[in-house]
Amino acid sequence: MKIENFKPSIVYTIYIASTPEKVWEALTSPEFSRKYFFGNAVEVDLRIGGAYIVRTPDGSLHISGEVIECDPPRKLTVTFNVNWPALIEKLGPTLVTYEIEPAGAAVRLTLTEAHDRPISDDILAGGRTGWPAILSSLKSLLETGEALAIKMAPPQRMLEALKKLGIKTP
Amino acid sequence: MRKPEFVYVTYIETTPEKLWEALTSSEFSKRYWFNTEVKSEWKIGSPFALVMDGTTTDVGEILEFDRPRRLSYTFHHVLSEAARKERPTKVVFVLEPHGKLVKLTLTHEDFEDGSVILDGISKGWPAILAGLKTLLESGTALAIPPVALGIEGFQ
Repeated sequence: MKIENFKPSIVYTIYIASTPEKVWEALTSPEFSRKYFFGNAVEVDLRIGGAYIVRTPDGSLHISGEVIECDPPRKLTVTFNVNWPALIEKLGPTLVTYEIEPAGAAVRLTLTEAHDRPISDDILAGGRTGWPAILSSLKSLLETGEALAIKMAPPQRMLEALKKLGIKTP
Repeated sequence: MRKPEFVYVTYIETTPEKLWEALTSSEFSKRYWFNTEVKSEWKIGSPFALVMDGTTTDVGEILEFDRPRRLSYTFHHVLSEAARKERPTKVVFVLEPHGKLVKLTLTHEDFEDGSVILDGISKGWPAILAGLKTLLESGTALAIPPVALGIEGFQ
């Protein structure tokens, strides 16, 4: 897998009244992520080549990947592959990068979702819908101590596009 | 190819009415919009201006004013000559209740090809809207120094 072949499809920037260390902790800890990531738990072995896993609230494997870049508390790049049969064969791997930069007394967090081939807007609609909700909730959690209760319907537009490609979705 | 535009979505724990007030009150906007006052009579067709520390940075005209659901105005950056030569762009705010939250969608569109302001607004809006969210949720402003945005000429 050549990282230079990946082009950003989604970029989302958010400023948070917090420290780089706390943002890093929020992105990499299962307890913390459950609160803002729709109940999903991030489990990551923080070394290059280490496993990156996201589990749904019932404990099943939702996303599996590996750590590509790890520079705490500045940059984390992981492969971020949803665990649906045939997804990776049809769409290739998904690369997610979090960059954390100080911005005065606040922090700028930039999320980038990148792919190594063109991906349709229908499929990207999943991330374009999900990331703002996840990161808005992360910001609220770090600033106020309370995550946002964002209820989201399943991303129908993306699911239908995946089904057309022959990818089995739950 | 997609037309150049900037879209930003955020979820805020507030009411549509409070968010509308925050978007249209110059006293409020000063606290999250880098000391910028939003100025208008807020009627369709009336002039709109952004005034930062007494200097008018952007002007436009109110296109839609549907409290507390949808607000749009034309947006013409006037601080640099290159920007003044471009045609006005369009800013649209859509406020939707989402459970106990409000989903805010900003769309900034109708840029000329190679627009000199697209990079700056793409860096500016996330900081402005993050400040707005923080202020509405916690009551305190977010202290982001302008220079941290990395916009040429803004410090």
